[in-house]
Amino acid sequence: MFKKLLITITILFLSLLNANAGSDGELILKKNQPSEVKDCFESINRATFAFNQALDGVLFKPAASMYRILPNPVKTGVSNSLDNLSNLVTIPNNILQGDIKMAGVNSGRFIVNTTIGILGLIDVAKLLGMPEYEKEDYGQSIAKMGVGPGCYLVLPVLGPSTVRDTTASFANFIGGDAWYNVTVNNDTQHFSDFDYYASRVTSGIDFRAKNYDAIDNLEKNSIDFYASVKSLYLQDRQQKILNTNKIIETQDDSDWEEIETQ
Amino acid sequence: MNLKKFLIIIFLFNINYDVAYSIQPDVFVQSTVNRASQILSENLTKNEKINRLKIIAKETVDIKAVGYYSLGSARKNLNETQKQKYSELFEAYFLKSFSSRLAEYTNPEIQVNGKEILSKNYTIVNSVLIATSERPEVKIDWRIYTKNPESPLIRDLIIEGLSLARTQKEEFASILNSNDKDINILFNILEKFSNN
Repeated sequence: MFKKLLITITILFLSLLNANAGSDGELILKKNQPSEVKDCFESINRATFAFNQALDGVLFKPAASMYRILPNPVKTGVSNSLDNLSNLVTIPNNILQGDIKMAGVNSGRFIVNTTIGILGLIDVAKLLGMPEYEKEDYGQSIAKMGVGPGCYLVLPVLGPSTVRDTTASFANFIGGDAWYNVTVNNDTQHFSDFDYYASRVTSGIDFRAKNYDAIDNLEKNSIDFYASVKSLYLQDRQQKILNTNKIIETQDDSDWEEIETQ
Repeated sequence: MNLKKFLIIIFLFNINYDVAYSIQPDVFVQSTVNRASQILSENLTKNEKINRLKIIAKETVDIKAVGYYSLGSARKNLNETQKQKYSELFEAYFLKSFSSRLAEYTNPEIQVNGKEILSKNYTIVNSVLIATSERPEVKIDWRIYTKNPESPLIRDLIIEGLSLARTQKEEFASILNSNDKDINILFNILEKFSNN
C-alpha cells in the first residue's frame, strides 16, 4: 500500500510540475472563481441534486433534527472528535502544500487532543492557545499547485464537488487517509470498516445539524436552490484553497464599481 | 469682521458640519442591527416583524444597486422600461426574501468588531453573530457603500466569507442561462416569488 501511495504521489507531483510553473496567487484565484467553473453536466447534476434533496428529507434532516436535541457538551465532543480525525488528512496536505510549520502544529494538535483530550472529545489544543484549525484536503493541495477545478459535479449522497476535487479525493482510498487505512484498508483488529463509515455518516449529520436553519432558510427563499448551493460551495472552496477569510482577495470589485446610486 | 475671520469661521463650520453628519460605517451597522434585534425580540406576530424589518431594509440597504449587481452583464441589455420594471420587481423580491430570512431568528446578538476601508466608496465592517446552543458563532461582514458618508448603505452581507450578493448574481445567471437569456422569464419568477 505504501508503495502504491508513493507512486501516486510521484505521478501526481510530476503531472503538476507544469501547472505549478505558471501558478501564483492571482492565477489560482482566477481559476477558482465560481463564475469560471463550468457546469458541463448540468442536467445530470440537477437530477443528482434532486435525489440528494429527497435523501436529505428522509435521512439526514430527521437525523440532524434528533442530533440537535442532544446536550451541547455531547455535540461539541462529537464535533471535536471528528475534527481531530480529519487531522489525519490535513497533516499530509499541509506537507504537500509546503506548509511544514502548520503540519507540525496540526501534528501536535492531534497528539494532544487524542491523548489528553480523550480521543479528541475535548479540544485541549484550543484551550492551550494553538492556532485555529483549518481543514485541508487533496483537492486543495492540487489546486494550490495550479490545477483548475474542471467542471462542477454533484455526487450522489456526498453533494457538491468538482472534477478536480472528486479525482483528488481518491487519494484518501489509496493510502492518503490514515483513518481509512486503519479501519477499512488494513485489518488492524482494533478498528473495523464500521468505524470509518460511522464517522463519515456522523460527520454528514453534524454538518447538517450545524447548518440546519441556514439550509432550510436558503431553500425556502431561493428561486433556484441548485444555483445557490453551487455558488456557495464554489465560493467556499475558493476561500479554502486560498486559505483566506479576506473578502478583498476573493471578490472582484469591478462590477460593484460600475453601479452608482448616490 | 474682516474677510480672514469670516473665512476661518466658515472653515470651522464646515469641519463641524462634517463631523456632525457623516456616519461611521461601523456605527451605522451596529445601529442597524440593534434596530433589527429589537424588532425580533419584541412580542410581535411574524408578519408584523416582517413588515417592520422591510422598513429598516428600505432605509439601510442599497436595494437598487444590489439588484443591478445581481443581474450581472445582463443589465447592459435592458432598456429604460425594463430597468424600471426590474427595479420594482427586484425590490419586492428582495424585501420579501430578506425579511423572511431574518424573521426566523429570535433575538440575534450581533457584535461589531472592526472595519476595513477598501476605497472611498467601500468599507467592510466586520461583525459576529454570537453563538447560541442551537448554532455556532457566525462571522458576518458588511460591504458598506460610503460614497455619500452622510447616508451609508449596505450593499452586501458576507457570511463566513460567502457573499449573498454574489450568490444572488449566480442564481439569476443560472435562470437566464437556462432560459435563453430571456429577461421576461426572470421577471415572471421574481413576480411569482413576491406574490406567493
